[in-house]
Amino acid sequence: MKIIACIKQVPDSEAKVKAEGGQVSWGDAPLVINPFDEYAVEGALQQKEALNGSVTALCIGPESAKEALKHALAMGADEAILVSDPALNDLDTAGAAKVLAAAIKKIGDADMVIFGRQTLDNGAGLTPAQTARVLGLPMLGLAGSIKVEGGSVTVERVLEEGRQIMNANLPAVLSVVQGIGEPRYPSFMGIRKASKATIPVWSLADLGMEAPAAIVTRSELVNPPAQETSIEMITGETPAEIAEKLADKIIAEKVL
Amino acid sequence: MKTFVYIDHFKGNVQPASWEALGLAKSFGNAVALIFGVGVDEVAKAAVEYGADEVLVVDDALLAEYRAEVYASTLSALASSQSPNLILFPTTARTRELAAMTAIDLNTGVLTDVSGLEANGDSFVATRPIYEGKLLERTVCSGKPVLATIRGRAFAKPERVEGKSGTITKVAAAGEAKSTVEGYGASEGAVNLGDAAVIVSGGRGVSNNPSLTPPAGMDEKQAEIWRAQQGFALITDLAQLLGGAVGASRAAVDGGYIPYAHQVGQTGKVVAPDLYIACGISGAIQHLVGMRNAKVIVAINKDADAPIFKQARYGVVGDLFAIVPALTEAMKKKLGK
Ligand SMILES: Cc1cc2nc3c(=O)[nH]c(=O)nc-3n(C[C@H](O)[C@H](O)[C@H](O)COP(=O)(O)OP(=O)(O)OC[C@H]3O[C@@H](n4cnc5c(N)ncnc54)[C@H](O)[C@@H]3O)c2cc1C
Ligand SMILES: Nc1ncnc2c1ncn2[C@@H]1O[C@H](COP(=O)(O)O)[C@@H](O)[C@H]1O
Repeated sequence: MKIIACIKQVPDSEAKVKAEGGQVSWGDAPLVINPFDEYAVEGALQQKEALNGSVTALCIGPESAKEALKHALAMGADEAILVSDPALNDLDTAGAAKVLAAAIKKIGDADMVIFGRQTLDNGAGLTPAQTARVLGLPMLGLAGSIKVEGGSVTVERVLEEGRQIMNANLPAVLSVVQGIGEPRYPSFMGIRKASKATIPVWSLADLGMEAPAAIVTRSELVNPPAQETSIEMITGETPAEIAEKLADKIIAEKVL
Repeated sequence: MKTFVYIDHFKGNVQPASWEALGLAKSFGNAVALIFGVGVDEVAKAAVEYGADEVLVVDDALLAEYRAEVYASTLSALASSQSPNLILFPTTARTRELAAMTAIDLNTGVLTDVSGLEANGDSFVATRPIYEGKLLERTVCSGKPVLATIRGRAFAKPERVEGKSGTITKVAAAGEAKSTVEGYGASEGAVNLGDAAVIVSGGRGVSNNPSLTPPAGMDEKQAEIWRAQQGFALITDLAQLLGGAVGASRAAVDGGYIPYAHQVGQTGKVVAPDLYIACGISGAIQHLVGMRNAKVIVAINKDADAPIFKQARYGVVGDLFAIVPALTEAMKKKLGK
């Protein structure tokens, strides 16, 4: 069972992100593996263990994104591949999907490709289904559990209305959500292995393709309007008195 | 200007933001509602009543259950033959996949989760949150048609005119399915946080009531969950009284107090209700990014230093097990319910 986990590197969730001179700035906050993609790696490792398979972590990004791949290796992935090319700076999700699809084909023989549900920076949540479409493979999105049997995979999708159980033949593309299980911490051995690993870097030429032209582009970056957050504390002698006052305040807001 | 509006529904239950999308489409010109599924006459009728100029229904056994591949092929075929300028969707788990695949088929792009959309000549400029809502971007799509999924409650819902009549046309499905739906898990109940005007949420604090004695024979973990369920029962009472939904922090979900579908925050749902009442939630950044766009935030927490108070409009330092039921009582009286 050959499994590919697609991961991206993003600024840490605690970072103070701002618009500065039309660019996104996150100060000196660290870049980390996209937290949703840690679940993708976890899901891939669970299947590797259940099915005696291998996990390849795949990332498109700058040279520095090797750190995110090393995190996946330290968690237990068997190998990692970085796709990096100066021409890939302005990818939209469809472009990322085309490049990922080419890399997945070059890796070859994948039974399952597992994605996170969305990136923290762009937050589109489109790349998994777009990659599946480019590859012509079935898409099982937002899986909270995965079970492989024979040549097919069954997942429980976590949707607005509850859990939907869906099945498709392998090879297939999946995305996973938090219900898959907490991502494991890198082990000491894993960290040592990762620090010694050499991560191959593929260029667009290695993939035999040109940079896909971006169809979706940013025209402007805006800091969201500052929220006025003057808090009013509600106090009183008894819960009933506090509740009375709070109820009046809420009703006066005319939000009910 | 012609806009397709994809009406997203689950077994005939329409995601309300579909109607908001229809209202937005009408502000640009001609609005064509698309309804996929089997036995969707009621939905088609509602689309007419919400103001669709035309309704296309694809009532086909192939579409009985939502499956992204065949839904996308059907939508792509309709768009190729009718050349709309814009295709709007409510933002849901299903439509992110559907729009994603359709955009690949049509060699165009998707603007996801937009809170603003303006026509600019024959193109569109969308406003959407990035970096968990820490920033907004204006973004454009150079392909045709432009696909956009709209955020719930960001656009006005059109008036429904009961009994209005209009043209409903049946069209055929296209493409093939690549998966099968085997069924649905034990129902977690429809949790529609994205569309709720009021959300009352509970965190780890809902399990913290030492004065409750759990039934005999429970181990520590079971007792904790049992206590949390008593806490969530109080929260549910308040939510129901206010016609709202029940939310939760990740600590509450991870603790097994409530299903994941209720989780608000970075790895859960991003919501923007008119009123958000956080009970026993500390206010970690990953929770705040999911709810800070609520119009009015109320925080109830034992700890006066909890960061949630920095985001709230009203705060109560106190025990949720005392304050929440008292608030339900006070509201009942004042709302005359
Ligand atoms: C990558 C990542 C993603 C995450 N995604 C999410 C997410 O989507 N959503 C999310 O919520 N979190 C998320 N988290 C977790 C987040 O960091 C916090 O751990 C979590 O939000 C804490 O939940 P809590 O406030 O319920 O619990 P705590 O932080 O433990 O707070 C409990 C609060 O309850 C109060 N309390 C206790 N007893 C009572 C009582 N009887 N009455 C009143 N108040 C009481 C306490 O004073 C305390 O403030 C994420 C974390 C990471 C690392
Ligand atoms: N540059 C990238 N390299 C590898 N995987 C990516 C990249 N961008 C997105 N992905 C994958 O696609 C998922 C969804 O991304 P997005 O559509 O940008 O929200 C992520 O969770 C990753 O699994």
